Amino acid sequence: MSVAVEEMRSQAEQVTDADADRYRQDFPCLQQEAHGKPLVYLDSAATSQKPRAVIDAISRFYETSYSNVHRGAHLLSERATEAYEGARSRVAQYIGAADPREIVFVRGATEAINLVAASYGRANLQAGDEILLTEMEHHSNIVPWQLIAEQTGAVIRVVPISDDGELMMDRFDELLSERTKLVGVGHVSNALGTINPVKEIVDKAHAQGAVVLVDGCQAAPRVPVDVAELGCDFYAFSGHKLYGPSGIGVLWGRHELLEAMPPYQGGGEMIQRVTFEHTTYAKVPQKFEAGTPNIAGPVGLHAAMDYVTAIGLEGILAHERDLLAYATDAIQEVPGVRLIGTAAEKAGILSFVMEGIHPHDIGTILDNQGIAVRTGHHCAQPVMDRFQVPATTRASFGLYNTRADVDAFIRGLHEVREILG
Amino acid sequence: MADVRDLYQEVIFEHNKNPRNFGVLADHNRHAVGHNPLCGDQLTVYLMVDDNDVVQDVKFEGSGCAISVASASLMTQILKGKSKQEADEFFQAFHDVCTKEREAEDVPDLGKLAVLTGVRDFPSRVKCATLAWHTVHAALEHDEEGASVTTE
Repeated sequence: MSVAVEEMRSQAEQVTDADADRYRQDFPCLQQEAHGKPLVYLDSAATSQKPRAVIDAISRFYETSYSNVHRGAHLLSERATEAYEGARSRVAQYIGAADPREIVFVRGATEAINLVAASYGRANLQAGDEILLTEMEHHSNIVPWQLIAEQTGAVIRVVPISDDGELMMDRFDELLSERTKLVGVGHVSNALGTINPVKEIVDKAHAQGAVVLVDGCQAAPRVPVDVAELGCDFYAFSGHKLYGPSGIGVLWGRHELLEAMPPYQGGGEMIQRVTFEHTTYAKVPQKFEAGTPNIAGPVGLHAAMDYVTAIGLEGILAHERDLLAYATDAIQEVPGVRLIGTAAEKAGILSFVMEGIHPHDIGTILDNQGIAVRTGHHCAQPVMDRFQVPATTRASFGLYNTRADVDAFIRGLHEVREILG
Repeated sequence: MADVRDLYQEVIFEHNKNPRNFGVLADHNRHAVGHNPLCGDQLTVYLMVDDNDVVQDVKFEGSGCAISVASASLMTQILKGKSKQEADEFFQAFHDVCTKEREAEDVPDLGKLAVLTGVRDFPSRVKCATLAWHTVHAALEHDEEGASVTTE
């Protein structure tokens, strides 16, 4: 176990409602009204709000240290490079990676998965090979594989989910074979809230010689992540769901896999020596970071990780689970509600439908009361098909939410019933 | 933001619960599928159009929010007897009112559709109100093979 994870686990006390209310004061965007009502933000699974510490770190960086990285023998360039590479080390520590060189900065989890599909996939997949995904994947962990399957002749197989929204592990066992070359699985489902048994999946996949990519978008902000403990081969997540800025994401990959992979994009920064006859590439991670990167993004992400770690991820998870249990109980009192996703292991995501009322109408009436939720298919249309609903309404929690937010949300749903019958 | 009750008027509830001309038009000669990927709405509009491009009959089916279903239902009542050109002009006028480019008073023949113009104060709902009309436009533009249109 890494130092960072040990550090987090030493702070395993639960974040209380009073703590969350205090943390909320750190988030400027939450200190406002929406449509004349106090803002109740229940859309953190789509994107989280940013604490003052992150906003200030980005401002300070632009005001004092901004320059291009890895070039220019001047003071600002040195400072910028130090901040950028310092963030890389911080990310490695946050997810328990052995080596900062295994951290590739990308725009977001979507780019991270596209990178693996395009680079690792094209180099390693051939006709007849199988890519094993799950029915609950976000579109960004489906479409890149479809693109690469078309190019390579590999075939996509899909692990179905149960009525509760859990992976059917007996079907996983059946589908996994020596033809399986890659398994792609979400750590936590954005549409259902299910926490998947990633370690078990990794162990079984490795026994068949398959590599495993984990989409950690929803896990990185709310579940302690230790890639060494999970044993996976690639781990992808976005900064903006982790209280950091948008436009920065992380691909972690095993060093030997990244070293063996061909570049994903060509350009500056990723080369060693260029002639028109031949180019040699930089070492990882620079090999995968063509062009001037998002420099302030990692700086903001660094601050976000410091902020979250100081609170403690175990505590955040326990708090979100408390809110989830509280909301799950309370929502049963609203007539005609059906939860979509009732797995035993769930993170702070509550997806549901209301009989006779379309999610979009629910969203508008809640918004009118200052309550922000997400409505739609959550970029997981196969999940909607599985549960035979066109869309769901989703309330998702962050470290700044309280039981009072849940109370407002439930009152809002009663109002929806009253208005729309 | 306006009061949400101005958006959801009684006529909208009524048409949402009991949509008119709902189902497949057996002897249609035009049809199109409309999608609003943002909310998962999907509806199919079937038309029987005569040689002069005049809508003789229309039906729709699909699922959507109260605004999009009510809009489709009201549309079927308005569309019969209108030529393609008249339908397009009407759609344009309705669209302009929904997006605040024109005032409802300036479009005297808006009729029952006026109940939908509450969406002008709810920008994210304009596409719900206009989905059925986009779909009819696509159906009238294409031959009987069928067309597909999306609001995104």
